[in-house]
Amino acid sequence: MDVLTLSRIQFTLTISFHYLYPPLSIGLGLILVIMEGMWLKTHKPVYHQMARFWTKIFALTFAIGVATGIVMEFEFGTNWATYSRYVGDVFGSALAAEGIFAFFLESGFLAVLLFGWDKVGRKVHFFAACMVCLGAHFSAIWIVVANSFMQTPSGFHIVGEGMKARAEITDFWAMVFSPSSVDRLAHTLCGAWQSGAFLVVSVSAWYLLKKKHEEFALTSLRIGLIVGLTASLLQLVTGHTSAQGVAKNQPVKLAAFEGLYRTTPNAPLTLFGWVDEKNEKVIGPQIPGMLSFLAHNSARIPVTGLNDAAPDSKDRPPVNFTFQLFHLMVAIGFGMILISILGFLYFWHGSLFENRWLLWLLVLSVLGPQLANQAGWFAAEVGRQPWIVQGLLRTSEGLSAVVKANMVVTSILLFGAVYLLLFAVFVYLLNDKIQHGPDAADLIPAGKLALAERKNR
Amino acid sequence: MNYGSLDLNTVWFLLIGVLFTGYAMLDGFDLGVGALHLFTKEDQERRILLNSIGPVWDGNEVWLVTGGGALFAAFPNVYATVFSGFYLAFVLLLVALIFRAVAIEFRSKQPMRWWRRMWDVGFSVGSIVSSLLIGVAMGNIAWGIPLDEHGEFAGTFLSLLGPYPLMLGVTTVSLFMMHGAIYALMKTEGELHEKLRGWINNCIIFFIICYATTTMATLLYVPQMAARLREHPWLFSIAVLNMLAIANIPREIHLERDWRAFVSSCVSMIAMMGLFGLEMYPNLVLSNPCAANSLDIHNAASSQKTLGIMLTIALTGVPIVLAYTLSIYWIFRGKVKLDKMSY
Repeated sequence: MDVLTLSRIQFTLTISFHYLYPPLSIGLGLILVIMEGMWLKTHKPVYHQMARFWTKIFALTFAIGVATGIVMEFEFGTNWATYSRYVGDVFGSALAAEGIFAFFLESGFLAVLLFGWDKVGRKVHFFAACMVCLGAHFSAIWIVVANSFMQTPSGFHIVGEGMKARAEITDFWAMVFSPSSVDRLAHTLCGAWQSGAFLVVSVSAWYLLKKKHEEFALTSLRIGLIVGLTASLLQLVTGHTSAQGVAKNQPVKLAAFEGLYRTTPNAPLTLFGWVDEKNEKVIGPQIPGMLSFLAHNSARIPVTGLNDAAPDSKDRPPVNFTFQLFHLMVAIGFGMILISILGFLYFWHGSLFENRWLLWLLVLSVLGPQLANQAGWFAAEVGRQPWIVQGLLRTSEGLSAVVKANMVVTSILLFGAVYLLLFAVFVYLLNDKIQHGPDAADLIPAGKLALAERKNR
Repeated sequence: MNYGSLDLNTVWFLLIGVLFTGYAMLDGFDLGVGALHLFTKEDQERRILLNSIGPVWDGNEVWLVTGGGALFAAFPNVYATVFSGFYLAFVLLLVALIFRAVAIEFRSKQPMRWWRRMWDVGFSVGSIVSSLLIGVAMGNIAWGIPLDEHGEFAGTFLSLLGPYPLMLGVTTVSLFMMHGAIYALMKTEGELHEKLRGWINNCIIFFIICYATTTMATLLYVPQMAARLREHPWLFSIAVLNMLAIANIPREIHLERDWRAFVSSCVSMIAMMGLFGLEMYPNLVLSNPCAANSLDIHNAASSQKTLGIMLTIALTGVPIVLAYTLSIYWIFRGKVKLDKMSY
């Protein structure tokens, strides 16, 4: 295999594995703020117990997120040096801002959150939870900003020619608020909230099935379902606006999402199916006019097909692959709405316990957002191919000049082995913590937290 | 913001130096504690060592991430050349850092002996290998690496493992071990504290031997460094300051003023990084043998606009970061006590 394919495999491997964890940190971060906030407000010890338990889970996901995140930052330089030279002036500042504004905040206050239980008062602890949550969200902001530059570059100009050409910033805020960054950020954050919420839902439903820690499980489940349902519904809105943005700014990608070859008004939306790339058509049930309506708010407006958006097949992404990933994401998105509405209704009706099938469904729901997040990012990144920076630099032109195939193979093998080990250990420890469950002793806060409580009473 | 006639390239040379010095001072001690980890056989003592860095190692590593990000933004050509040129070395560094991070997190989660022993070794070896590779990278930058006319690395992985870079690698390990031992001394009490006092002497001797050898080798074999020193004799004052700081460490340890010893160790690091920076300036990566291909603060830099934006980001962010980092160190001051949340 050539260096290009190998480098792409390496990036896919490391980014997919990494991206299992940050969404969990972002989502759980939000839920921790809610739990600690409820504790501060109601003084109910179960919230303290919940905060303690979920903090431990958070720490587990955060540790792997950090460890695998450093790899990502290094990889731009190690494998994509030409890309780094080309975009460093623009892209680098977003990454540096992420370090200064997000990572310091998150890692610093995580120390207080994890180890500060007996050292700080309740309000400071709550503040620490807020800062960790904020840090996690800041990092999403900057990384989506950086990635959006690759999708819809703006606020820059090209300086130099040939080997020396590079993008230089002209307007920082135009770069930050590129045409796609706000929509994509909202979409990414909703996905992250879903990841965190459905992890909480899943573990709580498991306890209810096993009739263990019932007060803890019910209270956690309520918070998880509320956040999960809200995020799932919001996801519908952010998904729609993101797709409209894609239609406007990256027509090739949208055409690949839907397998649309011929530009046509009244363009149909394919529910599921298969793209026959050879004969340039889609096989599967379609709703006529729906794609035009969704993309441009009117069935009469034509949607640009691949034949016009990218006449040369060298300028197209792999169409069927992109189509399948995109449709998988959308299908799971609707599934999550259905599951959370069902869970919500049965929960408030009080009959969740009798419906074990639903509890089982909730236990499995944790996989949904993870799969959809992965599929969505795959669709977004594969759909941009063959460009590494849309319209400016091809992926094949972004490689490191001095890196050889055998070096990349070595790194793939090393990272592959380490990540397999990491994943095994993560699953083992997560399972261990879930089996162990919340600590009954945590129903009685100790240390400075307890002092604050006595004063409050 | 408009910075007028301020020389932004030099400011960023300085700021990158500050970030990497901060990294050395902070992650240096937790890498050092890792390198010392296997010297005690008792589980309880290993846990205390681990928990002395428990709340802070994560934040310390962020200095590396931010330093890398700042290098990417301010001097993209250096970032691209060094990271792609040192490919296998950096992949190894990453694997070592991952192993180490995960070992800290997982070691005490299970009571089995084989489990703890496995992660103990992972933690210690990961720490030593990380320190060594960081030092080797520094050594190559000081020695100079072969660059072609496009500023691309023209050597191989093995050519990076020359005697001088390796020596700087070992010196870095010894420096971090000494630094880590002093930090651990501040955070411990009782039997382990006394044990550490013994280790520190050995660490200091190990470091001084390495440091003296490296200095001699630098003056003898790295002509550009020696020439810079001859041109600017005042640089010797920094070297003297460094030696005074090192000499002060055993004195403070003897007087049982552990935190002063730690400050001395930090001062020594600042002096060494300062000397390194002043001898390199304005170069960032020296090309050896063809010096004309070197990357410096002008031919490797981003546009003035980006350097200005980045300075605004740094001036807004860094004071806030310093304020809460100090508060967090303050919250966790004092000796380590194990509780149920400990590692």
